[in-house]
Amino acid sequence: MVDSTLRDPFTETALRGMVRDFGSDQRAFKEVPWGKVMMWAFLLSDIFIFACFLVGYMTVRITAVDPWPNASEIFALHVGGQDIPLLLIAIMTFILISSSGTMALAVKFGYERRRVATGVLLIVTALLGASFVGMQAFEWTELIHKGVRPWGNPWGAEQFGASFFLITGFHGTHVTIGVLCLVIMAAKVWRGSLDEEKPGFLTGRRGRYEMVENLGLYWHFVDLVWVFIFAFFYLW
Amino acid sequence: MAEREYDASRYAPPAEVEEMELPHARGFISKYVWSQDAKVIAIQYGLTATAIGLVALVLSLLMRLQLGFPNSLSLLDPGSYLQFMTMHGMIMVVYLLTAIFLGGFGNYLIPLMCGARDMAFPYLNMLSYWVYLVSVLILVAGFFVADGSTGAGWTLYPPQAISPGTPGIDAGIVLMLVSLAVFIVGFTMGGLNYVVTVLQARTRGLTLMRLPLTIWGIFMATVMALLAFPALFVAVLMMLMDRLVGTSFFMPEMFAAEGGTEHQGGSPLLFQHLFWFFGHPEVYIVALPAFGIVSDLIATHARKNIFGYRMMVWAIIIIGALSFVVWAHHMYVSGMSPYFGFLFATTTLIIAVPTAIKVYNWVLTLWQGNIRFTVPMLFAIGFLFTFLNGGLSGLFLGNVTVDVPLSDTYFVVGHFHMVMAVAPILVIFGAIYHWYPKITGRLLDDTLGKIHFWVTFLGTYAIFYPMHFIGLEGVPRRYYAFGETTFISDSVQALNAGITVAAFIVAFAQLLFLFNLAWSLRHGRESGPNPWQATTLEWQTPHTPPRHGNFGEELPVVYRWPYDYSVPGVKADFIPQNVPPQAVEREPDAGRGGDA
Repeated sequence: MVDSTLRDPFTETALRGMVRDFGSDQRAFKEVPWGKVMMWAFLLSDIFIFACFLVGYMTVRITAVDPWPNASEIFALHVGGQDIPLLLIAIMTFILISSSGTMALAVKFGYERRRVATGVLLIVTALLGASFVGMQAFEWTELIHKGVRPWGNPWGAEQFGASFFLITGFHGTHVTIGVLCLVIMAAKVWRGSLDEEKPGFLTGRRGRYEMVENLGLYWHFVDLVWVFIFAFFYLW
Repeated sequence: MAEREYDASRYAPPAEVEEMELPHARGFISKYVWSQDAKVIAIQYGLTATAIGLVALVLSLLMRLQLGFPNSLSLLDPGSYLQFMTMHGMIMVVYLLTAIFLGGFGNYLIPLMCGARDMAFPYLNMLSYWVYLVSVLILVAGFFVADGSTGAGWTLYPPQAISPGTPGIDAGIVLMLVSLAVFIVGFTMGGLNYVVTVLQARTRGLTLMRLPLTIWGIFMATVMALLAFPALFVAVLMMLMDRLVGTSFFMPEMFAAEGGTEHQGGSPLLFQHLFWFFGHPEVYIVALPAFGIVSDLIATHARKNIFGYRMMVWAIIIIGALSFVVWAHHMYVSGMSPYFGFLFATTTLIIAVPTAIKVYNWVLTLWQGNIRFTVPMLFAIGFLFTFLNGGLSGLFLGNVTVDVPLSDTYFVVGHFHMVMAVAPILVIFGAIYHWYPKITGRLLDDTLGKIHFWVTFLGTYAIFYPMHFIGLEGVPRRYYAFGETTFISDSVQALNAGITVAAFIVAFAQLLFLFNLAWSLRHGRESGPNPWQATTLEWQTPHTPPRHGNFGEELPVVYRWPYDYSVPGVKADFIPQNVPPQAVEREPDAGRGGDA
């Protein structure tokens, strides 16, 4: 079997050509650093985790014997003498989506080697993320005061509380880890570790501005997942 | 072919990436304990998996004693029978087979066969092993807590897994679930490494279609594991919530009505779907590396190129993809919609097509080969028989109408032990005999190896073949004792006693194997760098065993696929992957060979 890497492209069908491109030697994804491929692979795996969570939530919601509580009543915020549905969650979603914007800017300034701007934007992103987690804690407290528990609630199917706390908790953990990583990355940028390509403390991997982008991928993913959780928990 | 062709085999593309910096060891501890060398990590994985696998082997022997001689021996009570059965299953499938194929062989072979210095992320790789070790320790802790490990069966089906009455309900089930979650975290660290290394860290000239099938198998299995373990992870977290917090994801209404629990309205079927969305790919996570390794063993020891390499690669990919849409064939009797059963039976039987392609190709590779009956080759051929037999009984179980009466009988036990326990284990043995010389520089003893093979191969048939007949009689699995029934004939007891005797003989043969491993480390015949005259890169290293960094000063350059055995017109009967066409010694008056 002759397995030549290079053949005349004009005699190749498109599919064969694509297989050959991806199958070429050394790297399947040219010019993509290892860390970025790893992050994408991790995110793919993480997508399956969240997908399983959401499918599980849909299943228990469909099979629950008691009626499902009305989301717009439960998640209403009492402001100015009346209940406004989904107010808090709208603010939280807005904040998280905005943090994706600041993250994207941080990546851009990182590649432009603008150290201070990158660091500041990373910190801003971390602050936005932290305030999201804070509001989530507030929302959890509110719900617990209203009587929602993982094992029951005053309005109906107990699976409501179970899946809500488990899934938003799991997502909140993701955001919290992201915030920690953002702070660490901001410190690295601030110290100039990425410019000097200093080896990391634990892993010994040299600092590169791609790391900011990889962290950005994670952050955007966490935001994107939130959109689905938002839709399935608050709008359904 | 009328294609215009560059003579690509004479050309090696320039290096695209700079060489990786290796975290070199600074002493004994960082060389052998907290090692970041994939080869050492591989051995750590292998030893840990073997150790825990031996525990599971002993558990199975204890169960066999009970089943073989239920009246004369009373080692076990019914509760511990269930506990041992659960631990045996879970250990063998997850902590032995998955860990040794991906963590063990994956770590050892991926960098070497890809011509890389090491895994892409050595630190993460090290962490992966230590997290795996923690998960094993948590699992083993189950034996020592007050009410013992869980006895829920390795599938951990709720509601019974977390309901009073099941052994290990207090701590055992919690330890099992936590251990699984930790295992998944550890595996993910390793798995990301394997994927990135295969995709992005291959050496010059090593295209994906020049990868040895071993790497293809391990790579695809890793991708599948990264996508399948999440389902188990979610199921485990939900069940932990059910057990510890008191939620009711899986605890059904009906069960609550009988006073089993306060909480209610959950869906036990959801657990089964999540579990088998992991569980079925898991079968192929174990099988695909075995497929890959066996392809290389057969080609090397039959001195012949693998038949239909491209087809083999595509079959691996297609099996991997299809294995995600067949999971509910484990659930025909679970009470799910019967229309589902029809759908999943169809997809299940379709998987037989690529699998059959692989079996045919192995046989056609052997056809007219210059077969050397070395120990690895014997194990590879043993695998073909065992896998074929296990696959054929799978056709029975894949069809809904045939499966319903056979469900939860010994027929199922016989089937899956043949196809996903014995078959991959035979490959593991073959692979150890094959690569032991590279790992240690010495060959394993041949005579002991042949005894080990024949006893194991014939012995496992003596164990699992009769189980099919016991199953056809309708004998249910997971029973401590059968008591008086109208449908179980006396011959079943005789068969059971025979199976137990065979199991002990096979177990003793494994002691022989362990002795061989230890003895040959010092006293084995020196192997030299390439005792099997194999073509793949791991046999072309300047040092045997390879040192940290694998390839000395310069990374090898690959000019050909890994199966250049018995190329017409070439003097030697094999051409290593890194030999350039100009350097191939030809027979006088021979045509243009060796570039193929």
